Amino acid sequence: MEDKYAIRIHNVSKKYKVGLQKGRRYRMFRDVLLDTAKAAWNFRRRKAGANEDPETFWALKDLTFDVAPGDSLGIVGNNGAGKSTLLKILSRVTVPTTGYAHLRGRVSSLLEVGTGFHPELTGRENIYLNGAVLGMRKREIVSKFDEIVEFSEVEKFLDTPVKFYSSGMRVRLAFSVAAHLEPEILLVDEVLAVGDVAFQKKSINRMEKVTKEGRTVIFVSHNMAAIRSLCKTGVYLDKGKIIYMGDVDGTVKAYLDTGNPQGQHQSRVEFEPNEAIPFQILSVAIMNTQGELVSSISHEREFVIQVKVSVRRWNERGYIALDILDENMNTVLSSYDFEAENSFVDYQPGTYTFLVTVPPLLVPGEYRLSVRSVRKGKKRETPWDSAQEVCPFEIVDGGSARIQAGLKWSGWIARPLKWERSTE
Amino acid sequence: MMVLPPGKWWNLRLADLWPYRELLYFFIWRELKVRYKQTVLGVFWAILQPLLIMVVFSVIFGNFAKLPSDGFPYPIFAYVGLLPWQLFARALSDASQSLVSNQHMVSKIYFPRIFLPTSSVLAGLVDFSIAFVILFGMMAVYGIAPTWRWLALPLLILAALLSAIAVGLWLSAINVKYRDIKYITPFLVQMWLYATPVAYSSALFPEKYRPLLGLNPMAGVVDGFRWALLGQEVNSSPLILVSLVTIAVLLIGGLIYFQNTEQTFADVI
Repeated sequence: MEDKYAIRIHNVSKKYKVGLQKGRRYRMFRDVLLDTAKAAWNFRRRKAGANEDPETFWALKDLTFDVAPGDSLGIVGNNGAGKSTLLKILSRVTVPTTGYAHLRGRVSSLLEVGTGFHPELTGRENIYLNGAVLGMRKREIVSKFDEIVEFSEVEKFLDTPVKFYSSGMRVRLAFSVAAHLEPEILLVDEVLAVGDVAFQKKSINRMEKVTKEGRTVIFVSHNMAAIRSLCKTGVYLDKGKIIYMGDVDGTVKAYLDTGNPQGQHQSRVEFEPNEAIPFQILSVAIMNTQGELVSSISHEREFVIQVKVSVRRWNERGYIALDILDENMNTVLSSYDFEAENSFVDYQPGTYTFLVTVPPLLVPGEYRLSVRSVRKGKKRETPWDSAQEVCPFEIVDGGSARIQAGLKWSGWIARPLKWERSTE
Repeated sequence: MMVLPPGKWWNLRLADLWPYRELLYFFIWRELKVRYKQTVLGVFWAILQPLLIMVVFSVIFGNFAKLPSDGFPYPIFAYVGLLPWQLFARALSDASQSLVSNQHMVSKIYFPRIFLPTSSVLAGLVDFSIAFVILFGMMAVYGIAPTWRWLALPLLILAALLSAIAVGLWLSAINVKYRDIKYITPFLVQMWLYATPVAYSSALFPEKYRPLLGLNPMAGVVDGFRWALLGQEVNSSPLILVSLVTIAVLLIGGLIYFQNTEQTFADVI
């Protein structure tokens, strides 16, 4: 192994106790008193092995790898694979059970934005507090203050207590503080999915800048597009072990090919049944062709949109409209339930589930769905129910020839065309 | 920087605290900002609380029960005892909750956790100073002049703070593990008040057994305050000495316990 490293992870394992007491998360002091009293009472009758060991599991098992200085490493894996535990160890939030991690340089972590925000304090006060909590020196915060405020876009509310902020403003401010850290090693956990779409773009650009400045960065994310655009190398973890390690494209491909989609972020939205709506949308979900809920789909695979509706009173004609929106909320594709049979469906009261298969068509990127149930009147159409801009999902490049050639996707449609070659 | 499995219990990693010293300041600052956000009410409360307790004590213990107050007017006798006691009691309840109420931070980022209970205790100094100003007025009213013994006050205040930090370290760390400590603390504080010579004089105890009272660190602090501020002539030196030793033992024990459990706070909190 090379000697020049920024981070060395050596035989790191982490054991957690689970099910300490069923149904309750914390032990109570009174239990200890009771147990002690019971133990004293039963002293003579005590049998060996009466104290069963609480169940344990290994979140990480003998993990060993180095991260080169200036590298940006993406860690991917299903939920529970140990990604966050690894970041917690690297950021010293917790210690490994065995093994060690050695980090060279100042470490900052962006494990969750807004940590240490106090609702009663103003935006200005929280910038100082949050900066200090994240490991910034006071003069560092002072010198970056204006930059942070500008990035967050909350200038006007700087002297308003944070409890009056919208959640969007809060995350923007929090991310801005965190994004202006200047450590040699930066650990980032799933924080890029904050704010609206425009702010997400801005955050990713900011992170791109950070990685280009030669810092060592470790990203954990379920967003394959972000991982791919920000990282050079990748590690794919599963059940606390390394499944794949190499360049980022290979890692993402390995994850998408073998990752258990049930563990992935799911893209599903559900609505409370409401008797007042005659034709209600109950849920919308993205699934792969095996019927598993997913949020990332390879651009070479088809996927399925599942729509559940409940028809309660039916004496009029209606239809369901489905739009696929791009990241700027432009409709890239729209579809209607009556198109399949070329006639309006005759609905009786009841619950219906639709599976809409989308062929490999969309260019890698982020998308959302809009679903509407519409009443088709004689003269005009009135909506009954709608689910707007729901189910964010992404189409990812599974390692296409054009990415391998160093080219980017452009346009809206990803259909390989037939190129017939002949020579004169 | 190395991240290692839990090491030997005597390795307290106190050197790690230094680079984070500014954070201690920020935590105290936050505590005060939030506490005095409604400035008038915050200051008002800091004055009102010890005064009201003093009035109640004077009526019940001074007037009805006629407890001896070593020859001083009962109100000022009680108030001088209440000063360090209030500092201790408030610090104790705040510190014991400090880790759990900041669990979001504790489970997400690294910083020396010891700063949380410590800052809760130190923030109490502001309330204490405000209450102290009232004492000047009372001393003027009762015609008690300051003496050279006042010079011992900083040390006595330090002793009060260290007692609170020592007990705060224990309680906050245990609270992470056993959440019902939250319910035990108010009861503990109340019992502790009766065990401390705040409403009564330590002179009620025979001189032979009085040093035993010093096993309660606050007994020494309260007697020290009365000695320094009022010139109480009861021979309390053995009691105060025992208290100082108790504080040292509690503090070292608390540090060892806290620093050793600190590394796994994030796993259990």
